[in-house]
Amino acid sequence: MTITAGCDVGSLTSKAVVMKNRRILGAAIIRSGPKPAESAAQVMAGVLEQTGLSQKEVACCVGTGYGREKIAFVDQVVSEISCHAKGARWLVPSARTIFDIGGQDCKVIKLDPHGNLEKFVTNDKCASGTGRFLDVMAKVMNMKVSDLGKLAAKSDAPVTFASVCTVFAQADVIKHINARRPVADICAGINTAMANRVSMLANTIKLEKDICITGGVAKNDGVVKALNKILGCRIKQIKRVDPQLTGAVGAALFALEKNNGDKK
Amino acid sequence: MLTAGCDVGSRTAKAVILKNDTILTDAVISARLDPIESAENVMDMALEQAGLALEDIQKIIGTGYGQQQIPFAHTCESEIVCHARGAFWNMPTARTIVDIGGQDSKAIKLDADGRVIRYSYNDKCAAGTGRFLEIMADALQVDLDEMGACGQTYQEEISISNQCVIFAETEVVSLINEEKDVADILNALHCSLSNRVASQVRSLLIEEDVVMTGGVAKNVGVFDALAQGLGVELKPLEGIDPQINGALGAALIAADGTN
Repeated sequence: MTITAGCDVGSLTSKAVVMKNRRILGAAIIRSGPKPAESAAQVMAGVLEQTGLSQKEVACCVGTGYGREKIAFVDQVVSEISCHAKGARWLVPSARTIFDIGGQDCKVIKLDPHGNLEKFVTNDKCASGTGRFLDVMAKVMNMKVSDLGKLAAKSDAPVTFASVCTVFAQADVIKHINARRPVADICAGINTAMANRVSMLANTIKLEKDICITGGVAKNDGVVKALNKILGCRIKQIKRVDPQLTGAVGAALFALEKNNGDKK
Repeated sequence: MLTAGCDVGSRTAKAVILKNDTILTDAVISARLDPIESAENVMDMALEQAGLALEDIQKIIGTGYGQQQIPFAHTCESEIVCHARGAFWNMPTARTIVDIGGQDSKAIKLDADGRVIRYSYNDKCAAGTGRFLEIMADALQVDLDEMGACGQTYQEEISISNQCVIFAETEVVSLINEEKDVADILNALHCSLSNRVASQVRSLLIEEDVVMTGGVAKNVGVFDALAQGLGVELKPLEGIDPQINGALGAALIAADGTN
């Protein structure tokens, strides 16, 4: 029985997963600090405490994410794209297209019928279409990001935005609030603008079903619903684990493969 | 003959009254929530300054984002056409116009007769617009109008790696926390804004004279950085506030129409 771990150090959150063969024993998510090495150590300590294990008992650990090169205790580093693809495909075996929407970036990953990486596009230059967009809007609306999704469910008439730019959309939200538009409609409009921007990124990729969504924003049902509408299909949501852990799950699976000496 | 132009933008509204071929007066105000109110307020201000009544003006042309809602405008004209007209009248040697407004940026190519050949318009991304400066002015707690002058004393050349205003703002907050000099940060921001706009201009193939219009032209830091970025002797409009160029163009077009 091999214990492996995956550690995904992002710019906003760090995630760690511990697996025993192919069973998830424990997982942790924390806010990243300014030093990736410390964030990694902290989240790893958290998950080890949770599972009652020590670092020594972990046969192999793979690091991923923006801070992966700085993690002291990993045996290998693998790109975020590969780890998200791996994790998503394991959680949704029929997945061919993956939308990974993180705190400050957004990726669309395409897999071939065998689950191998075929193509991907990334946006890490524009805040729109990333978790940041939702953070900014939630702040203007004076609510939590999680409420944006819940309240939007009551809307039939989402408000519109002149552009998807976070700065301009923020000003539009203020205008809509001043015009006393229903809160539900503004929330729904925000989710639609978010989904519009994400789907723009996917324009260069021929979407193939099944489509799944990973990253923290996957937990926002309002955005998922809006994305379903824009793409014209039903996205498979990851329910087995927190979708924010997908990268770390993929990393833990890579660790298992490395430990077993597999090539694939 | 009296004509007027009214340019209702999203951040400011401008009005110009022309008597024959001379600018009688101009006015600039902050935009109100309602574009109609913006238009009425700025026009009232200009009329009062000139000692005139609305009925005295033969023809009024509206332009800008709120152009459709100007109640007293006889017709509207696009901002592109108005900016081209205004800049060319001021400087007949102008062949490329760079206009950075409150929430947009334009690059316009003219032929030798002042006709628009080509243009590039950005109103979709806040980077490269006056909004970038507004947000950074807040972050640095500097007056928007003082940014240009304050940045002149920079010593260290810092580079802002993010073009997106949202991400750049976070970068600026980090720089403030690192106790970087405000003048150095301002210079970096001016360069960042100019680089963004310079790319937009270059897509049109630059031909001199290149003239800068719009409110942001009053920021000497941005002006100088843009000149350097484009590698040209960037020209300001001669003797007039660059912010009124759109309204001026509209007033001139109104005069063309009544000749």
